Amino acid sequence: MPEMTVIEAVREALREEMERDTTVFTMGEDIGARGGVFLATEGFIDQFGAGRVIDTPLAEASIGGIALGAAVNGMRPVAEIEFGDFIWPAVNQIIGEAARVRYGTQGRRTAPMVLRVPYGGGVRGGLFHSQSIEVAFAHQPGLKVIAPATPYDAKGLLKSAIRDDDPVIFFEHKRTYRLVKGDVPDGDYTIPIGQADVKRTGSDMTIVSYGLVLHYCLEAAATLAEEGIDVEVVDLRTLRPLDTGTVLESVRKTSKAMVVHEDTKAGGIGGEIAAVIAEEAFEDLDAPVKRLAGPEVPAMPFSPLLEAEFMPSAEKIATAIRELAAY
Amino acid sequence: MLSEQTSPDNFEKNSRLAGPAGNGAGPPPLNDADLLEMYRTMVLSRTLDQRIWQMNRQGRAAIVASAQGHEAAQVGAIRALDPERDRFYIYYRELTTMLALGITPLELLLGFLAKDGEPLSGARQFPLHGAIDRSRRDIVSFSNVVATQMPQAVGVSLADKMRGEKRVTVAYFGDGASSMGETHEAMNFASIHRLPIIFFCENNKYAISVPLAQQMNIESVATRAAGYGIPGIEVNGFDPVAVYEAVGAAANHALAGDGPTLVEAVVERFLPHTSDDDDTLYRSPEDLEGIRDLDPIPATEKILRASGVLDDAMDEEIKSGAQTTVNQATEDAENAPFPEPHDFYEQVYAPGSPGDQS
Repeated sequence: MPEMTVIEAVREALREEMERDTTVFTMGEDIGARGGVFLATEGFIDQFGAGRVIDTPLAEASIGGIALGAAVNGMRPVAEIEFGDFIWPAVNQIIGEAARVRYGTQGRRTAPMVLRVPYGGGVRGGLFHSQSIEVAFAHQPGLKVIAPATPYDAKGLLKSAIRDDDPVIFFEHKRTYRLVKGDVPDGDYTIPIGQADVKRTGSDMTIVSYGLVLHYCLEAAATLAEEGIDVEVVDLRTLRPLDTGTVLESVRKTSKAMVVHEDTKAGGIGGEIAAVIAEEAFEDLDAPVKRLAGPEVPAMPFSPLLEAEFMPSAEKIATAIRELAAY
Repeated sequence: MLSEQTSPDNFEKNSRLAGPAGNGAGPPPLNDADLLEMYRTMVLSRTLDQRIWQMNRQGRAAIVASAQGHEAAQVGAIRALDPERDRFYIYYRELTTMLALGITPLELLLGFLAKDGEPLSGARQFPLHGAIDRSRRDIVSFSNVVATQMPQAVGVSLADKMRGEKRVTVAYFGDGASSMGETHEAMNFASIHRLPIIFFCENNKYAISVPLAQQMNIESVATRAAGYGIPGIEVNGFDPVAVYEAVGAAANHALAGDGPTLVEAVVERFLPHTSDDDDTLYRSPEDLEGIRDLDPIPATEKILRASGVLDDAMDEEIKSGAQTTVNQATEDAENAPFPEPHDFYEQVYAPGSPGDQS
C-alpha cells in the first residue's frame, strides 16, 4: 500500500472522481495553472481542461452560489475556498441557501455539491489564515460536515462527499496536508459519512477529537501508555451528522471522557459531545467530562510564541489526561 | 391589425440601449392574438392579486408581495421565452410570471393560504417560494434573501453550457437586489464565460421604502451592463410588447452563444412592498395616485379595442372569466386542509443518507 500525504490523498480522490464521473468539476481561486495554493489540483488543468477546472474571480459569495446553481442543475461541483478564513462572504449561499434547498422545495431540487475548505492553524497563518470555522457549519441541519485527520480518511471521505446527494463542507486541516503521512490503498474505496473511527483502543478514558489535534492526542496517548494510563482515542471524522453511538460506546467502556479540539471552547463541538455524554451516559461516568480547546481569543496570533500559546499540543493534552486520570 | 405599440419603431421608442449592443436579432413580431393572450394573463393576474390582497386584509392570507404594476413586464418577458426549454430563477413578486408559465390560480392560492398541495414547497415556505417539479417547469425561487438567486442562476446556466444544452436561464431581480454584491459577481462571471443567461431587472424604483436616488447614483440599472461588457437594455415595463422585444433579443443573443444581457424593465409598484408595509409613510398621495395613470392593463385594453381585436363582449368575457376562475380557486383553496406535519422531518437530507430522520 503506497504511503501518501493528506494533500496527495485529496488530489487523488478528486482526480479519480473527475475521471469516473463527467458531471464532477472543480472551481475556485487559483486552481487552474497554479494548481491551487496548496496544489490540491496540481496538473488538473492539463488533464481535464479549463472547462472542468474553472479559475474563478476572487469572489467567494459567487463561488458558493455558482456551485450551488450548477449542483441544482445536475452537476457535482467541487468548489475550493482558498482558505477557510475567506469563506464568510459565501455563508449566505452555504448556510442561508444550500442547506435549505432540499427542505425548502420538498426535495424538488437538491444540491449535491462539495466545498473543500482548508482550515486551521499552526502554520504561522495569523488571524486570517488560521481560523477553525467548522462549528458554524456543523450547527446547520441540511449540511454535512467532514473533517478528516489522515490520508486514508481524507481520500475515502472526499469520494463519499462527492457522491453524496447533499451539500457537504469538507474541512482539510492545512497543517496535516504535508505533515501527516499514511498508507492509502490503490484504487477506489469510500468511507461512510457520519461514522467516527476508534484510532486507538484503550480502557482508562476516552478522548474524542478530529483534525490535526487528533494526532497530538495519539501522541499524548502513546506517552501516557508508558505511565500506565490506557487511553482510547475516537476520531469523529464527520462533525454533522455526529456519530454519537461510537462516542457513547467508548465512554460506557472507559467511564471517563475528554474532548480535544483546536477551535475555541465555548460553543465548540466539544460542548455538543459533552452534552450528549451527559444526556446519554451520565451514570456510566466516573468523572466530569473535560474539554481541552482553543483559548477564548478571536483568532490565532502570528508570532511563533503567541501561536504556540493558542495551539493545543501533545504536552497540553498529556497534562489534561493526567488530571482526568487522577480524578 | 397590429397596434401602434407593435409597429417597427416601437422598440426604439420604448427602450434604449444602455450598454454595448447585442447581436441585434430581435424576436418575431407579435400579432393581435398574441397581444390579446397577454392581456388575458394580465387581467387574470390583477384579479388574483387583488383577491389575495383582500384576503390578507381579512386576515386569511398571512403575507403578500403584490405584482400589481409589474404585470406587463412579466407577461412580455415570458412571451419571448420558451417555458418548456428555459429556466426561470424568479423572486417573490412574480405572480404574473407564474401564471404565464402555466401555474394555476388555485395552485398559487394554496401557497398564499399555506395549504396542503401547494406545488413549490408544500407550504413550508412563504408564497411563491420553493420550486416547481422540474419535469413540469424549471421554476425556482428558493429564498427571501435578495440576490441569492443571481449566482445560483449563473451556476444553472454554467451547467447547461458545460453539457452543451441550448437553453436560456433568466435571473429575475429588482432594483433593490441590484445593490447586492452577489448581483455584481453573478454578472461578471456570466460575462467572462459568455453564459446563456438574461438578467431581468424589474425596477419599481423602491427597495421597500428607499427610493432609487438613494440606491444608486446612476440613471438606470441597465447602464451597469457596460461595466461587464454585456448588452444592456432599458425598456418601458408598462409596454408588454417592448419588453417582449427586449427579452427576445436577449434570448437570441444567449442562444447564439454570445452571452448574457441585462434587461431592465422600468415599472411601478402600485401597492406597498408587502402587505406588512405602509407606503404612505414614504410616498406622497400625489405620487401614489400618479403612478396608476399609466397602468398597463387599461392601456393594453385601449390598444386592443382601437385595433378592433377587442370589443365590449369579449372584454366582459375576459374580465368576468378571470373573476369566476379566481372565485372558484378561492373557494377550493379555502376548503383545502393545512398540511399535517407528517413529513416534517423529510427532505432534510437525501432519503436513506447519513442524517436522514424520516
